[in-house]
Amino acid sequence: MIVRISGEGQYELADEDRDRLNQLENAVVAVVESGRQEGFEASYQALMDFVREAGAPVGEDELEGSDVILPPADTTFAEAGSEFTGEGLIPE
Amino acid sequence: MAGLGGRMSTVVKAKVSKLLDRAEDPAETLDYSYQKQVEQLQNVKKGIADVVTAKKRLQMQESSLQQSVVKLDTQARQALAAGQEDLARAALERKNVAQTELQSLDTQVNELEAQQQKLTDSEQKLRAKIEAFRTKKEVIKAQYSAAEAQVRISEAATGVGEQMADVGLAMQRAVDKTENMRARADAVQELEAAGTFDDITQLGSGEDDIDRQLKQLSSQPAVDDELAKMKSELGQGGGAPAAQIAAGEPDGAKPADGSAA
Repeated sequence: MIVRISGEGQYELADEDRDRLNQLENAVVAVVESGRQEGFEASYQALMDFVREAGAPVGEDELEGSDVILPPADTTFAEAGSEFTGEGLIPE
Repeated sequence: MAGLGGRMSTVVKAKVSKLLDRAEDPAETLDYSYQKQVEQLQNVKKGIADVVTAKKRLQMQESSLQQSVVKLDTQARQALAAGQEDLARAALERKNVAQTELQSLDTQVNELEAQQQKLTDSEQKLRAKIEAFRTKKEVIKAQYSAAEAQVRISEAATGVGEQMADVGLAMQRAVDKTENMRARADAVQELEAAGTFDDITQLGSGEDDIDRQLKQLSSQPAVDDELAKMKSELGQGGGAPAAQIAAGEPDGAKPADGSAA
């Protein structure tokens, strides 16, 4: 599965990594929805680190679309909030 | 495909897909599609140039603010040496504001620098993908029937398109950031215009709006501290102004990043 970190690049992850990726991502969303800014950075960095460590960078001459696209690594708590809660949320 | 990504990535992917949909059908005409990609790459380069311009503007403001800080410090000393404590205080207040602005400008310049680097990286990736697309399209055209080629080119174009959308989002992010900075940069320019006193003798007459605002903005204890320090440096420890004590102007005797910070 190919995961893109916006503004950074694509990583190829094993399909088995999908559950862990979802867990980490849901943890971020939970933090954002709870409005607790303190936990945001750590949980978001954990997600980014996982993708970078578990994944292999996709070559720049590859022409694959991504299965998963994540926001930029420097996403702020405020940006995440306006993006993923309230009316900005697209469920499916 | 349910469960492919969590909620967050689903949102982002939907956004990128939307951008891709808006692009012209990439497989429409292969060479035309390639041409379009090259054009878009030019736009990205232009966008990067805009970020660089914004950064330069902030850097220029930084250096003139730095000059203002030095000048205001000198003026404060001159005023104090002449026994005009109110003047000295006003100059120090302005210096204080200028220093605060300087710090935030510095942060912003660093931020823009990071944005610029990121965009340059993305641009290089995009360029590589477009080049790969160009090669691949020739291979596909040669190897497959027209109908098959359309499908395969379309797949390949998705990879380029996504990269392009990604650079587009990064550009937007950079533009938003520079917009925020522009407002602040304008404010700094006003400050800078009013910040130093061309003729120190004009200062005594009453307060204008800017003076009042500056007083609100500046942190009073820092100004008090600096004034006291300056006094002791000038040998004015007590209340009586020592009229001739500082015949010279202690130009630059004190570094710009002095104790008011």
